[in-house]
Amino acid sequence: MTTTIADADTGADARRGPGALRRERIGHLLQHHGALVVLAVTVLVGAATFDSFATPQNAANIVVSSSFLAIVAIGMTFVIISGGIDLSVGSSFVLAGVLAAYGSRYGLLVALLLPLAVCGTIGLIQGLIVARTGMAPFIVTLAGLLGMRGLMLAISDEGANTYLVRDDAFSALGQAAFLGLTVPVWITLALVLLGGVLLQRTGFGQNVFAIGGSEEAAVLMGVPVTRVKVLVYLISGLLAGLAGALNAARLSSGVTILGVGMELDVIAAVVIGGTLLTGGAGGLTGTMAGVLLLGVIQSLINQIGVLTSSFQQVVSGAFLALVVVTQRLLHRAQRLS
Amino acid sequence: MAETAAAPRAWSGRVRLLAWLQEYGVYASVLALLLFNVAFTPHFLEVANFRTQLIQVAPIVITSLGMALVIGTEGIDLSVGSVMALASAMVVLYLGYGAPVAIIAALIAGAAVGAGGGALVAYVGVQPIVATLALLVGVRGLANVLVPQLTEFRNPTLITLGSRSVLGLPLVVVIAAVLTVLVAFLVKRTTFGRQLVAVGGNRAASRLSGLPVRRILVTVYVISGLLAAVAGVLATSRLQASDPTSLGLLMELSAITAVVVGGTPLTGGRVRVLGTVMGALLIQLLQATLIKHNLPQSWTQMAQAVIILAAVYAARGRRA
Repeated sequence: MTTTIADADTGADARRGPGALRRERIGHLLQHHGALVVLAVTVLVGAATFDSFATPQNAANIVVSSSFLAIVAIGMTFVIISGGIDLSVGSSFVLAGVLAAYGSRYGLLVALLLPLAVCGTIGLIQGLIVARTGMAPFIVTLAGLLGMRGLMLAISDEGANTYLVRDDAFSALGQAAFLGLTVPVWITLALVLLGGVLLQRTGFGQNVFAIGGSEEAAVLMGVPVTRVKVLVYLISGLLAGLAGALNAARLSSGVTILGVGMELDVIAAVVIGGTLLTGGAGGLTGTMAGVLLLGVIQSLINQIGVLTSSFQQVVSGAFLALVVVTQRLLHRAQRLS
Repeated sequence: MAETAAAPRAWSGRVRLLAWLQEYGVYASVLALLLFNVAFTPHFLEVANFRTQLIQVAPIVITSLGMALVIGTEGIDLSVGSVMALASAMVVLYLGYGAPVAIIAALIAGAAVGAGGGALVAYVGVQPIVATLALLVGVRGLANVLVPQLTEFRNPTLITLGSRSVLGLPLVVVIAAVLTVLVAFLVKRTTFGRQLVAVGGNRAASRLSGLPVRRILVTVYVISGLLAAVAGVLATSRLQASDPTSLGLLMELSAITAVVVGGTPLTGGRVRVLGTVMGALLIQLLQATLIKHNLPQSWTQMAQAVIILAAVYAARGRRA
């Protein structure tokens, strides 16, 4: 679950003094758990400033509204650690929502499986193109973004037709609460645990790190690069599809105007969480901290009231810039020491 | 004997075809679409139609020019759409001091955003995609904070800028053409252009041979910001209204598409200015064609996806 610290560093540590070691440890801590620290500080400041912020009700609100972004961010973390990027998740999300609402007339199973099958297939195709042809993931998934939004518009009469969810069991999947939290939150928690085990405790997870660290070295070590890459994009597509379907269940309809720019929010959350966009380092705890941080910022700005929600974008952008600059400076300091 | 000779020839024929496609594919596609439209689309050859198409494509062309330069340095600028929105907001905010001041304020804002992104890339060493992603999110928010809702205005200078014609051509199109020529000149005929391509081709070598790599990078991002601001001002003056929520939304994708389809490799080291303009025209023509034949927007997006993949695949084939 925790982030992986590159093993190569430990050898170098022995040659340096204890002071440098301690500084490096602090550097590592900040780089890998910086988002968690910032999150804690932000929550404390919020609780001290606003009476209505640190209430169970508000905490539940933040968690519920963050859960969909969180599910997508799990997949994105895998992709980014492998050194790739997936711009198509926002389109997957909205396409899955429309498909789920459309499929719900045939019952719960179709409502869930149809979006997963379509988004999974498209993720698989993107992975195959990236892995087999060596085209830039950025471009392949950009094409995926456009293509899937087109597909979504095509099946919803150019976005004019909002399908309603016709299955109560499926609606319950998005709305029912258990121990005070809705089902999507529990699904998110389960997926984070599952993803954490997959990433940190299995050969597949180690292969993802290896490919992101150095693809050439991974090939030489005999890592099945093509298969791992395809799987990573498949996971991302499936999770974006699942999040979209759950969101449709929550809203009881396949809203067609969602998901524009969602990929950027997700990437921002992953990067704020300490996963390097160059690949090879990162983890899901950081990503979850990043997602929650974005949610908390949104909630705080709602508390202030006079500020519009667009102010949230300014703050998110500033946070993202701050985090990457800090990461770079820490990285540089570590190299110099 | 004959067989062994035939195999390499077939192979080199395929490579040559891919190379030709990468070099001239975009021109051939534009030509093919034009011919198709002349043959099958009623009223296509009317002057009014060409005017509309050119006016619509002008902001995309202007933004794509800046994007082409950035991609030439092996970077990417995701902030262009948000810069358009910010420029639009600045125009409305400073219109009280007269149109020239408003336009200059918009351009300064664009250049400042570009300088910020460039500094993050060049001096801090942040990846271009992350640095400009932060700007995309933040700058659009800033524009929304400055001008929270659609604001209409009446200003004679801006009306002129948006809808006046010079020698029968809309002023917007003339500006786009002039900027294209300027950027082409910059790339082909100036030291800066050579340096830019060198930095994109091999940054380490450029640094070792004494090029001011950081200054070049910052300048390139400033130019991209400036051009995006120009596009924002033109779009605003054509609308006679500022709408930071929607102006320039997804423009970064259109611009990247135009550049990539135009044959500029994402790996840097090469800038094709005319190809970029053709790339923008191709997408505009494609949209117009599909709309004129009553095919919906969704088809356009899917067609665009296929074209991007095809263009990049062809580019890949050549390098391999």
